[in-house]
Amino acid sequence: MNYILSLITFLPLLGAVIIGLFVQGSDAQSSENAKRVSLVTSIIVFLLSLVMFSEFDKNSSDFQFVEEFLWLGFFNYKLGVDGISVILILLTTGMMPLVFLSSWTTNKRVKEYLISFLILETLMVGVFVSLDIFLFYVFFEAGLIPMFLIIGIWGGKERVFASFKFFLYTLLGSILMLIAMIIMWDVSGTTDITKLLNYEFESEPFYILGVYIPSGIQTLLWLGFFASFAVKLPMFPVHTWLPDAHVQAPTSGSVLLAAILLKMGGYGFIRFSIPMFYDASLYFQSFIFILSVIAIIYTSLVALVQTDMKKLIAYSSVAHMGFVTIGLFSLNQQGIDGAIFQMVSHGFISAALFLVVGVVYERTHTREILAFGGLIKRMPNYAMVFMVLTLANVGLPGTSGFIGEFLSLVGVFQVEPLYAILGALGVILSACYGLLLYKKVILGELIKENLKRINDISLREKFCLYPLVLLIIFFGIYPKPILETYSTTVADYLKMLN
Amino acid sequence: MSENLKYLTPELFLVIFNLSFLCVMLFVKSPMVMSNGNKISALVLIITAVLVYFNPVKADPIIKGFYTSNEFTAFFKMLILFLSSVILYLSDSYLKKNDLLKYEFPILINFSVFGMLVVISSNDLMALYLGIEIQSLSLYIIAAYRRDNLKSTEAGLKYFILGALSSGLLLYGISLVYGTTGSTQFHTIYSAIMYTDRTLGLQVGMVFLLSAIAFKFAAFPFHMWTPDVYDGSPTPVTAFMAIVPKLAIGAILAKVLFDVFGGISDKWQMVLVFLSGGSMIIGSFGAIAQSNIKRILGYSSIGHVGFALMGLAAVSPEGLSGFIIYLFLYSIMMLGIFAFILNMEKDGVLVTDIYLLAKYSENNPATSFAFSLILFSLAGIPPLAGFICKLYVMMAIINSGLVYLALVGAIVSVIGAFYYLRIVYIVYFSESDDKIDAYIPAGHLFVLFLSSTAIVVGTYNLLGIEPLTRAAAESLLY
Repeated sequence: MNYILSLITFLPLLGAVIIGLFVQGSDAQSSENAKRVSLVTSIIVFLLSLVMFSEFDKNSSDFQFVEEFLWLGFFNYKLGVDGISVILILLTTGMMPLVFLSSWTTNKRVKEYLISFLILETLMVGVFVSLDIFLFYVFFEAGLIPMFLIIGIWGGKERVFASFKFFLYTLLGSILMLIAMIIMWDVSGTTDITKLLNYEFESEPFYILGVYIPSGIQTLLWLGFFASFAVKLPMFPVHTWLPDAHVQAPTSGSVLLAAILLKMGGYGFIRFSIPMFYDASLYFQSFIFILSVIAIIYTSLVALVQTDMKKLIAYSSVAHMGFVTIGLFSLNQQGIDGAIFQMVSHGFISAALFLVVGVVYERTHTREILAFGGLIKRMPNYAMVFMVLTLANVGLPGTSGFIGEFLSLVGVFQVEPLYAILGALGVILSACYGLLLYKKVILGELIKENLKRINDISLREKFCLYPLVLLIIFFGIYPKPILETYSTTVADYLKMLN
Repeated sequence: MSENLKYLTPELFLVIFNLSFLCVMLFVKSPMVMSNGNKISALVLIITAVLVYFNPVKADPIIKGFYTSNEFTAFFKMLILFLSSVILYLSDSYLKKNDLLKYEFPILINFSVFGMLVVISSNDLMALYLGIEIQSLSLYIIAAYRRDNLKSTEAGLKYFILGALSSGLLLYGISLVYGTTGSTQFHTIYSAIMYTDRTLGLQVGMVFLLSAIAFKFAAFPFHMWTPDVYDGSPTPVTAFMAIVPKLAIGAILAKVLFDVFGGISDKWQMVLVFLSGGSMIIGSFGAIAQSNIKRILGYSSIGHVGFALMGLAAVSPEGLSGFIIYLFLYSIMMLGIFAFILNMEKDGVLVTDIYLLAKYSENNPATSFAFSLILFSLAGIPPLAGFICKLYVMMAIINSGLVYLALVGAIVSVIGAFYYLRIVYIVYFSESDDKIDAYIPAGHLFVLFLSSTAIVVGTYNLLGIEPLTRAAAESLLY
């Protein structure tokens, strides 16, 4: 039982090895087998993480299932989960079977495609379970390789540009984080996250080359981490890689990008920036608020004028991640609770939205909004699913989108009411672009010739979409299962920091 | 004297074999022996490595302070001998195809290796000079080994002229150091510096010495010859030059810095920071516009030299050990890359244009995966070994308080990632139909896969060399 985290992390890798070594040939039968292997692997991993979750003690804020092995001496292989990471692991492992189901129709280099995704799963889970900063960095950064290949090989027309932009943006951010990590190790003498959480970094102001540095070394470290997480999340003004990457990535790549990879940024903020550099976080609070509010309003406006469905959803993702940062940096229970909930809920909603776009893209090979219209005549089930998702994206009460945004805004309101009001504007704007998209695509007359014989969602697509829709509604009405998982951890964090 | 000879067994064995091989080959006309010269020499190099392994080590200098034989020299010697023998083996098929398979090639390589052994062991500035000249003179010749090829001749001449200049610098530096300290032996100079005034002559001499060694190391601002010579030389020679001399010169650089000028590390630290930062920047920006893989690797080696020098600039045992680890892993990665490049062919002609690698992954998934893995490692993407060694030197430099150099390294490694990724991009994504039809022999494939496996396994324990490098570093810092 002690090695369950390693098992969850590395089982997908085993699946990748099995596909690589034992599934031979390149005919239809072997790619079918490869797909089965990956689907079964991901389901087993999901079940294992459910077992882990059932054993997880929600009333404790300690790290649980801790494993530790000596690695290179100065940094070690140490895994463990607390309330915040466990929920994100469940999100990751739960999303993978849907990803494999949704990519069932892929026929270009199927084996490599599935291997990339399985490796990516290992790396994503690794990010959330690692309890050593360098181990975290390794997982965080290695995820770039499979994603680079996924966008670059299986992407759309502009895929080369998008994959390079994605890679270099993220790499620049994370390499600055690496410097900050080395300084942390140099200052504190440890790379163990549990020890670093209790280590107080100097916050005495000082001068570097005549420049006044408030909060001292904490500020510099905070900025190093910020560079990485702000790119990953992404925050305004470094969000521009996301629309490109999303539009060019294949559907399942977009799903993972939106549902999991973006969450790593938020997870990094709550795991490192806030608890370890609290003084600096306080210092930069309004800076983050301003950036988040700009992200919420500006990217919503940009989303309004998009003609490509995926691009529209990508911009809406940036706006919704604005709620995450604004909630996290309100530095109180409601705000952080809301932000984490928003991360999970956005994972469901954006993943489902990209799947929905994938459904019509597969049938018509276009994502132009103007190429559609009146789909409700031929695709009633599809229209229903799209409706729920649009409303959840808007943040309608009764859907999970509402809980996250509402709690985040409550948190901010206690600190700076102005930013809460500005942030709430984003909800209205999201209704504008969301409903507009729905109207143009689903409602109206079915006049396009090529749409007249379009089919409704198949059984496989229902299996992908319905669970997400049900979860969105369920957690919108009864959010307690998610909230109670991490609220003790968050409360203890805040108690320790104040 | 005679009891000292036992320390010289490997060098004597190598040079005696070389001279006798040369004499014998003048009379032997058997094609069987002619075509196996490379393999015989490779075997001899391996035997020499075994001799080095069993060679006694001694902390104090031997032969009247002229020579040393300790853990540090043994580590580098074995590495160099092993890598050279692999490169000799790899170059066999290339030379055969281009009708260059003559017995001079392995002999010249062996003489160069002999020079490097002398360089590494030298404990005297004169021995250092002799060693550097032996290894360089052989390299000048084999750089121009394709006599009928304009670029190869140009490379040889260019390398020779600039190399002669650096030899001049070296001699001038040696004479200045000798003039101010009264000795050419490392440990005497070391103590002379510790107990006397630091005169201007000594410092100028030190800078001359470092410049000359930096020239051989291809560090900025003495890097100009690198891309041209790498490009012009026949590919096996490029492979040899990109890997083996880097280790020998790196070893002697570390030795000169710590054993000779250890007392004035505050003086040379800034020099090294300059060399390191400049090399990293030139290495990453220079390669962006290149499409010739040998030129790209030329710039890449400049960049990696910059990273390695970062370890020396830290002036600490961790930094020194990081420097050695960096050179070691760099040579492993380069070996894999060259095992591939030696077989880049189109219609039977060797090519170096990276755009011809288009769609290579479609027919050769395993090879291109291994190749890309090494490229990712060179770019420093975790968890591969290339990242671990970058981490080592960065940690050492930050530990010494030079955070800005680590920042430069961080930023240029992003820029550097671009051109490594571009090769991966061509291998995997490119649509072009103009492609190579390389058949890679089993031996080369084995080296390629071994190298890529090593960089993956190396993330676990650095192939177990960390304690070795620590011992080597400590034997240097007496």
